[in-house]
Amino acid sequence: MSILIDKNTKVITQGITGKTGMFHTKMGKEYANGANCYVAGVTPKKGGQSYEGIPIFETVKEAKVQTGATASVIYVPPPFAAAAIDEAVEAGLDLVICITEGIPVRDMIRTRRKMEGKHTLLIGPNCPGVITPDEIKIGIMPGHIHKKGRIGVVSRSGTLTYEAVGQLMDLGLGQSTCVGIGGDPVNGLKHIDIMKLFNDDDETDAVIMVGEIGGDAEETCARWMKDNMKKPVVGFIAGVTAPAGKRMGHAGAIISGGKGTAQEKLAVMEECGIKVTKNPAKMGELLKSVL
Amino acid sequence: MNVHEYQGKEILRKYGVATPRGVACFSVDEAVKAAESLGGKVWVVKAQIHAGGRGKGGGVKVAKSIDQVREYASQILGMTLITHQTGPEGRLVKRLLIEEGADIKKELYVGMVVDRATQRVTLMASSEGGMDIEEVAAHTPEKIFKVAIDPFDGLPTAAAEEVARKIGIPEQAVAQGAAFMRSLYQAFDECDCSLAEINPLIYTGDNKVLALDAKLNFDSNALYRHPDIVAMRDLDEEDPAEVEASKFDLAYISLDGNIGCLVNGAGLAMATMDSIKLYGGAPANFLDVGGGATAEKVTEAFKIMLKNPHLKAILVNIFGGIMKCDVIATGVVTAAREVKLQVPLVVRMKGTNEDLGKQILKDSGLPIISANNMGEAAEKVVAAAKGQ
Repeated sequence: MSILIDKNTKVITQGITGKTGMFHTKMGKEYANGANCYVAGVTPKKGGQSYEGIPIFETVKEAKVQTGATASVIYVPPPFAAAAIDEAVEAGLDLVICITEGIPVRDMIRTRRKMEGKHTLLIGPNCPGVITPDEIKIGIMPGHIHKKGRIGVVSRSGTLTYEAVGQLMDLGLGQSTCVGIGGDPVNGLKHIDIMKLFNDDDETDAVIMVGEIGGDAEETCARWMKDNMKKPVVGFIAGVTAPAGKRMGHAGAIISGGKGTAQEKLAVMEECGIKVTKNPAKMGELLKSVL
Repeated sequence: MNVHEYQGKEILRKYGVATPRGVACFSVDEAVKAAESLGGKVWVVKAQIHAGGRGKGGGVKVAKSIDQVREYASQILGMTLITHQTGPEGRLVKRLLIEEGADIKKELYVGMVVDRATQRVTLMASSEGGMDIEEVAAHTPEKIFKVAIDPFDGLPTAAAEEVARKIGIPEQAVAQGAAFMRSLYQAFDECDCSLAEINPLIYTGDNKVLALDAKLNFDSNALYRHPDIVAMRDLDEEDPAEVEASKFDLAYISLDGNIGCLVNGAGLAMATMDSIKLYGGAPANFLDVGGGATAEKVTEAFKIMLKNPHLKAILVNIFGGIMKCDVIATGVVTAAREVKLQVPLVVRMKGTNEDLGKQILKDSGLPIISANNMGEAAEKVVAAAKGQ
């Protein structure tokens, strides 16, 4: 089953004619069943053209109607990216994955407000994307480091997700789906939303949850898991050494008002029965120990 | 991005937020002239640095004569002001704000932040002004009132008036207090603020509501649409290493330790710092070279790290994805040669073209210590920093 995406997902690339959009659409198309998954691109004023055999449309709505796509991935530059999400939501897509980094928070506040009451799910922005190994890859993660298996991975950061995957692979463990939810303060699906999907997925046996400083999304997820999670979960939180008030790269990674520290998150997760490690090199081993 | 108090007040006045009248000054003579032109009998001489706690540190003085303005301005300008936010090294005061004195009857608090849980801008207000709001939140949370603001409706007058009453603004000033908060929200929204803090907000003997202090932070992702605010940036208030790094699109933050870190990705960079600490060392910096690191970027990153006199060793931790390990390896070798690297260098590489990258490091003939995983890398760099 996997979560969010599988080999039958039909994807639109929004911003397909930009350098990043072109590169990652090609990589996605070449990965596993990608040739059947990447069905359309959208770039205003470039409708009627094509890229790598993929037809380009003026609008998401048109692309959806013409191809039956249900998901999109966004590589549109930051000043226009929130509007691209709005367009995908208006077109009624089921899933939007926004890779773009650097979208103003003010734009995302409005976009999230407009999404209230709509069925579209948003992953990101500022995320690596989602991969269901050996079926489909939507995003910028390297496909070749993954293989199909039964471990779920959810994380706020890109390369730290790859690190977790790399450790699983060293132990021979494949993944059901890996989800990078992104490092921005105002975003779409949170740890808790992804965890609920993994909980209900009969192809996922256990989950690695990677968090970082800032906000309280990890704590909220941990409290939900205490009473509801049927599968083992192990966790790591990055940023034990991060000083308060300093933004650690990600717009969302900041300890402010004494809240959002790694220590606090780790403590709540442990209280809720999640095995945690303070050593990021041990995520894979810890996961193997709970299987 | 942060601005000075006087700049924040300038921005807020454009949106109709009431503040005392004041003039920014760069010399004692300018301060005296400013006080004379403002008129009145009482003036406040305020140090302008990007840190809170200025009053306690001796950077804010009330003058009751022009002579006193001169005296305090001479004292404060050029002083190294130490507050709980500057660190023990303090901050050199280069700018002053001379303001008319206000007849303070009561000090209150109004702030706005982006709340992740509600995904809205949240107004926070309290009757406990002039204090550290985090302390108020920790000990008397019932004294803080919050309103989540709908981006399409803005802050409604009724909600603002209710908050004004709750924090103790007297009835005859409630309308003005509500208008103050609505203007503050408009400024916050239109200027892409990430934080606005008025502490204290005061009401005066003649029942006026004024911003006695103003702290504004701006969303760095939105600065492209605010060239007027970017022009207010004061590089003297920022860490020179961080300013230098930003020129090369490197996310760099100085820390207290002695082990330099160069990593791709913010999450992995934090995890690398954590590993160093776990093995008994201390990171000298956070450094995310991002997804598109070139040899030039890596060289600049090395130069910035090496300017730190406390640096004893460097750890490079790369998980190659789109960014290939051989490209980074070439960058590391070039950088190490160009800067004539004298401190031990530990490199851990994994992912795309890992073997090629390792070979390049090996063939370089440089004394690079290689590691197979993050734990081993941290252990080796901590030992190297200790001279073992």
